[in-house]
Amino acid sequence: MTPSRSRNVSPSRLRVVAVEAVGPYALVRLRRRGLEPGFPGQFFMLRPRGPLLPRPMSLCLAFGGELGFLVDPIGPGTRALAKLETGEEVDVLGPLGNGFDLDVDRPLLVGGGIGVAPFPYLSERLGSPPALLGFRTARHAEAAALVPNAEVVLEPTYVTERLEPGHDVLACGPEPMLEAVRRLAPDAQLAREAPMACGYGACYGCAVEIDGRLARLCVEGPVLGGRVRGQAPAVAGTVAAA
Amino acid sequence: MILNASGCLDALSAPDVVRTLDAFVTKTVTPVPREGNAPVRIAETEVGMLNSIGLANPGIDRFLSEALPRLLELGPPVWVSVGGFAASEFADLCARLDDTGADVLELNLSCPNVAAPEEEATAIVTAARAATGKPLYAKLAPGLPDLPAVAEAAAAAGADGLSLVNTIRGLALEPASLTPILGTATGGLSGPALRPIALAAVHAAYATTGLPIVGMGGVETGAHALELIAVGASEVALGTVLFADPGAPDRVREELAAEASRHGFDDPLAARGAAHASVARPADAR
Repeated sequence: MTPSRSRNVSPSRLRVVAVEAVGPYALVRLRRRGLEPGFPGQFFMLRPRGPLLPRPMSLCLAFGGELGFLVDPIGPGTRALAKLETGEEVDVLGPLGNGFDLDVDRPLLVGGGIGVAPFPYLSERLGSPPALLGFRTARHAEAAALVPNAEVVLEPTYVTERLEPGHDVLACGPEPMLEAVRRLAPDAQLAREAPMACGYGACYGCAVEIDGRLARLCVEGPVLGGRVRGQAPAVAGTVAAA
Repeated sequence: MILNASGCLDALSAPDVVRTLDAFVTKTVTPVPREGNAPVRIAETEVGMLNSIGLANPGIDRFLSEALPRLLELGPPVWVSVGGFAASEFADLCARLDDTGADVLELNLSCPNVAAPEEEATAIVTAARAATGKPLYAKLAPGLPDLPAVAEAAAAAGADGLSLVNTIRGLALEPASLTPILGTATGGLSGPALRPIALAAVHAAYATTGLPIVGMGGVETGAHALELIAVGASEVALGTVLFADPGAPDRVREELAAEASRHGFDDPLAARGAAHASVARPADAR
């Protein structure tokens, strides 16, 4: 037997406190045990029993010894997360990646759909700044209740139609929205998304184009642009700050 | 005896995971830098994972000047996987790695589009053998029409060991649009579906060559690792399981020792070849 020669790098097994419906989404609340919430915009890999691979989820809420994740049940992995029951266990690795730079003067949170997921925790850390949130339907917009100080628009109105200059924009949402936000606010910090197998730089599956080259979003992101800096402490040594 | 499968771990992003391995195997290094394939690069299916990374790597020049010195500082022995499109490219890569601290060179012979795999394996291993004194392991794809023949060809040309198996080609569709999920349409299938395929490949190659074999393909537990050893593996590598569980090397190593002991083997490697009728089993197997 070779003795273990390093710190523990295994995912933590966290117990489900409750899963609550928020419009069409599910807020998965986990007892966090010793796991740190990290910076807003960082993410965790969540693996319920069933799927081969874990799913990347940004932290939505951190309160009272719990970590909360807002999940859009659109595939086998996210549906398994949304169907979790109180008392079940989930393997959780994180926090991972680079979060938002919180050193901003006039923050404005701009989000679309499930992209509002990191905003409740981000809003708390920034002292409830204004938020501009866009949704497909009124039912999806129920998630806006999690974000204080939010102005909500529904399709066919887009958030970019209400975006006023003079803010430090922190945005999360679908790629076309992020691209439109960047055209209006070139220094905006954008939290992007990509399919990931591992979340810690091993699989090279989450490559996205960054400044004209392909790079791993889990290592260099998921928050990109603006004045964002690598600020993630290496979690169990598994992620190098970009 | 627990390694990672090439391409399934980035040592510099996850040094603490590397330190739990008995040897670290690099992503395949090619003569020139490769950015890799355009997204989407991964897809999950009910039976495994598809990837189409496209051998993204910095190329041999930057690998030697920037990556390898840092890899060697991590502690575990470093196996360097090399890949090219001709025997001369393999020979050049091996020659440049010959006076480095790399422990083993793994020849990625897994290109599935080769018309005459035995001749190709002979040519590549012969050229690499002439270029380096380092141990050479030939890594083969499981979809070869006659895997034992290619394994024998590699052995005859001077390979010191085999790495079995690489991924097998697969395809997954987006259910709503019925279009391929991966940007390249097809990719390499890994994970649970590969397990019986790897067992068959190692079983056949052990019987025909007797070479040391790094067995890999869908290993998630110590029981899976013991099965690979029983069919002939002398080392076991972890791939897809590392994505879900970076703590897998320590866990699988512990489970393997317990599982071997449960079967009456003092040491997991004492089980090597036990699946072959000609190999003696412990008298008291339970």
